[in-house]
Amino acid sequence: MNTHHIGTPANRKDGREKVTGKAKYAAEYFAPDLVYGFVVNSAIAKGRITGIDLSEAQQLPGVLHIFTHENRPGYTWLDSHYQDEDSPPGSPFRPLYNNQITFSMQPIALVVAESFELARYAGMLVKVTYEEEPQETDFEKNLIHAYEPPNYKSSPPPKPWGNPEEAMAHAPVKLEQAYSHPAEHHNPMEMHAATVIYGQDGKLTVYDKIQGVQNSQKYLSHAFGIPLQDVHVVSEYVGGGFGSGLRPQYQLFLAVLAARELKRSVRLMLTRQQMFSFGHRPKTVQRFALGATQDGKLQALEQNAFAETSRFEDYSEDVVIWPGVLYACDNVKLTHKLVGLDVYTPLDMRAPGGTTGIYALECAIDEMAYQVGMDPMEFRLKNYSEKDYNKDKPFSSKELREAYRQGAARFGWEKRNPAPRSMKEGHQLIGWGVAQGAWEAKQQEAAAKAVLTPEGKLTVSSATADIGTGTYTVMAQIAAETLGLPLEDVTFKLGDSTLPKSPLEGGSWTVSSVGSAVKAVCEQVQEQLLKLAQKLENSPFSNAKREDLTFSGGRLFVTQAPAQSVSLAEVLAQAKGSPLEVEASLKPAKEQQNYSPYAHSATFVEVQVDEDLGTIKVTRIVSAIAGGRIINPKTARSQILGGAVWGIGVALEEHSVMDSRVGRFMTHDLDKYHVPVNADVQQIEVIFVEEHDAIVNPLGAKGLGEIGIVSVAPAIANAVFHATGKRVRELPITLDKLL
Amino acid sequence: MRPFTYSQAADVEAAVREVSTDGARFIAGGTNLLDLMKIDVLRPSHLVDITQIAHRSIDQTGEGGLLLGALVTNADTAYHPQVEQRYPLLSHAILAGATAQLRNMATDGGNLLQRTRCYYFYDTHTPCNKREPGSGCSAIKGYNRDLAILGTSESCIATHPSDMCVALAALEATVHVTGKAGERTIPFQDFHRLPGDTPHLDANLQPDEIITAIELPSKGFSQHYAYLKLRDRASYAFALVSVAAALELDGDTIKDIRVALGGVAHKPWRLPEAEALLKGQEATPATFQKLAKAYLQGARGYGHNDFKIELAQRAIVRALLQAKERKTTA
Ligand SMILES: Cc1cc2nc3c(=O)[nH]c(=O)nc-3n(C[C@H](O)[C@H](O)[C@H](O)COP(=O)(O)OP(=O)(O)OC[C@H]3O[C@@H](n4cnc5c(N)ncnc54)[C@H](O)[C@@H]3O)c2cc1C
Ligand code: SF4
Repeated sequence: MNTHHIGTPANRKDGREKVTGKAKYAAEYFAPDLVYGFVVNSAIAKGRITGIDLSEAQQLPGVLHIFTHENRPGYTWLDSHYQDEDSPPGSPFRPLYNNQITFSMQPIALVVAESFELARYAGMLVKVTYEEEPQETDFEKNLIHAYEPPNYKSSPPPKPWGNPEEAMAHAPVKLEQAYSHPAEHHNPMEMHAATVIYGQDGKLTVYDKIQGVQNSQKYLSHAFGIPLQDVHVVSEYVGGGFGSGLRPQYQLFLAVLAARELKRSVRLMLTRQQMFSFGHRPKTVQRFALGATQDGKLQALEQNAFAETSRFEDYSEDVVIWPGVLYACDNVKLTHKLVGLDVYTPLDMRAPGGTTGIYALECAIDEMAYQVGMDPMEFRLKNYSEKDYNKDKPFSSKELREAYRQGAARFGWEKRNPAPRSMKEGHQLIGWGVAQGAWEAKQQEAAAKAVLTPEGKLTVSSATADIGTGTYTVMAQIAAETLGLPLEDVTFKLGDSTLPKSPLEGGSWTVSSVGSAVKAVCEQVQEQLLKLAQKLENSPFSNAKREDLTFSGGRLFVTQAPAQSVSLAEVLAQAKGSPLEVEASLKPAKEQQNYSPYAHSATFVEVQVDEDLGTIKVTRIVSAIAGGRIINPKTARSQILGGAVWGIGVALEEHSVMDSRVGRFMTHDLDKYHVPVNADVQQIEVIFVEEHDAIVNPLGAKGLGEIGIVSVAPAIANAVFHATGKRVRELPITLDKLL
Repeated sequence: MRPFTYSQAADVEAAVREVSTDGARFIAGGTNLLDLMKIDVLRPSHLVDITQIAHRSIDQTGEGGLLLGALVTNADTAYHPQVEQRYPLLSHAILAGATAQLRNMATDGGNLLQRTRCYYFYDTHTPCNKREPGSGCSAIKGYNRDLAILGTSESCIATHPSDMCVALAALEATVHVTGKAGERTIPFQDFHRLPGDTPHLDANLQPDEIITAIELPSKGFSQHYAYLKLRDRASYAFALVSVAAALELDGDTIKDIRVALGGVAHKPWRLPEAEALLKGQEATPATFQKLAKAYLQGARGYGHNDFKIELAQRAIVRALLQAKERKTTA
């Protein structure tokens, strides 16, 4: 019986449910009294509603009610009632609050009807008149109004170090450039939805699309002033999140509002077009100044970031921390300002701040490498950071050098001709580019519960989510390994607000936080098993401590005396038919505070660019990752592959285009908003380098949800430069920019 | 979507009769129509399902050509042995469009009548002359990256999004239609319209007329052809610019040449006069360049789509080179 699971590829526990359609998503739950909602969105970006004519819509048989700001029930008062675990500082948006329009596609009415089709039809008949006010949605035009927020949602920009002005003035080689990253929308496959089941006692069971059920639960409890225990939030499967489900979105608020008022179960699902009506990755412009010596030592670096936010919340992300993490530079100045626009508040999107910040940094560094005439990988290695300059702390571990070594070898980097536009096949210019990345490996407080039945079946649970990352599987592996059980005997439960407390699934911290809690709780089960085992006749464990034991193959034994092993079944028999139950909560160890924990990546890319037509093909990606201990190489690889594919999208395709005359994103469906398709994806190789980290968390694992994306777009941009000799500093790099 | 009634027509005659009521429309594969109904851009009150009428096969014509029934799916057309062998340009063009799933549903008749993909046409909250005559065109001074550079008007700069039609234009197909007034045929080049001041009309077709078939002439250019589609990703995207190129060569001398452009105008763009000038000339990049220049003379960009003027010329040259150099198997 093999019970070593950590480091062994395992298929997804939920794979069968997903491919057979058994897995239920938020909009797939049913109740006999279920009715359907449809949201009407604002046609303008700013102004006020002067009238809503519901007469025609209301007349339709089967339309139950249409909620607007004019007839909504009373709301709770304070901004804090609407804040959630991922709120930026500010005043959260309240759907149907008043007649003010503050962004285009703002929800302004909710139709509830006997069917979705009917609700949508009635929505078309709702007539709204507005008094428009001038709106500002032109980012460039509003750059002059950029401001430093009183409070950053992210960490505030690190204080300057060294003497950047002077160092820059004296640097023999200088570079000044600006890079622009467009707004992007998450577009998970599953649209946001909530099904609210109205209980006879008025209690609610809410199936929500969310990356953290307890976040939705608390939000609803505060916003509607209902006791926490009267709201039960469930989200067993999430059809992709990417951050779009970190904050409770308006479908949740409106579905619950309707269910409470109508005392009926309500389902509300957004359309694909409406997926463009809330949070997005903010448009970001970054100005860089770099100074270096002739032989390629970075002497000074300045990064000034400008990012979009809404008028009502100061959203910010970690755009400017990356130079201090990735480069050894003694004179650095960083600023991060916000540009307020009449849009919805931006929202964390896979590697928020990293995707934008590392893209720009890694392009600027690349340009500097060419300017001093160095191989771009050599340049990075020459300026390799041995500590986190932002915090002046050592890394908990950093095997990035090894990632470079293995990645470069696999890619064949040494065969690269350094001159731009020097490699060609037929009409195809070939370019090779490199970039590096990092992502913080945070551990948060989390709790887990374990129940081991007399038959030896283990169920572990925590209120986390599986947004497609493999949480179900990985947690089961950690638990099974700790207790020496076969994987089939372990079930992990998640996505239910009654389960032990978990942070949001985001920030690449789920394995680190929840996984460590799972390990901790299973260790407490070990403790209990030891106590039972000591009751055995002639117990070989009478003087043993838990640390002395090995749990493996469904047996336990003193590590020094494997011959005297006892089966778990025998031990469990001592419990006389009652299961073992333990709940535990785990906080990060104090010692962590002395270190800076990051996962790292080195990405190598080959592109082909048509010399006449500008079409770009990413023919090869090698991504080498230093991500600590890899729990499940299979799901881990999938995360990095997904990140690489998304990196192609970031570099070449994704773009939420704002028509600033009307303040509306005009690319609001998947015909016009492009993400990569199969044909865009060619060879991708993933390498995990060996990395031991005893500090980052008890598992030594760093989380892989975001490290896979950050260095891909810049590596592609750098490869395109190498292929063509043309530097495009505005994403996405589309063929017109290369003509 | 708005409520509508539905009937299934048994034959062409019934279809024509049933579509003659106010607000009625044909539905074939529904891949375009239903999308537009769901977002309230099209609001038919009655749908006449024509998938059961005849015209579901591909047959030889007396003149040595092929007759593609209007209800044959795009997939069945592209993979039909006669089409693959004799009109590979058409086959390639169809397969460059949409996805396998869509092509399995989409019909040849429906493909001709698919609506533009202009951003504003799709958003009922923005003015659009094509959707709502007289409301104005949001694209001319707005976001127009995908839109037209040739044959545009003050009221509309939309493009016709089809790939199949670009090949049909190059092959000089004929469209067979039947209406209350009887049957008629329309040369492909006259089938689609330029926007002028009636951008709400895409084609020269009466409301009661049904497309029954598309006729391909005997000449299929099966030796030297290329369909080059340039777009923002490798698949599942409409063309920024596409070129259907066909050559008949005598050694290196051009005996016949056809070039049709997609993604640049309200209809597949042909310039037979310019083609005619090339007959008898050497098939060289310089010759192709001349033609490309002629095709784009008078093109006008609207900001975001300026690049198409240069791109289209390069694409014409490349497509003709590919056509010339194509090594035919068999
Ligand atoms: C996501 C997506 C991507 C696509 N990508 C591409 C692409 O890259 N390239 C491309 O060329 N196309 C593409 N298409 C468009 C696709 O080819 C068309 O939707 C399809 O060809 C329409 O055929 P249909 O039978 O489904 O038409 P329907 O949707 O049924 O009808 C379309 C219109 O034609 C009318 N009509 C249909 N048949 C007849 C007839 N026989 N006589 C008279 N009127 C008729 C209908 O009344 C309606 O107005 C894409 C579509 C989608 C949804
Ligand atoms: S280009 Fe044509 S389709 Fe687009 S907005 Fe203008 S009128 Fe409408």
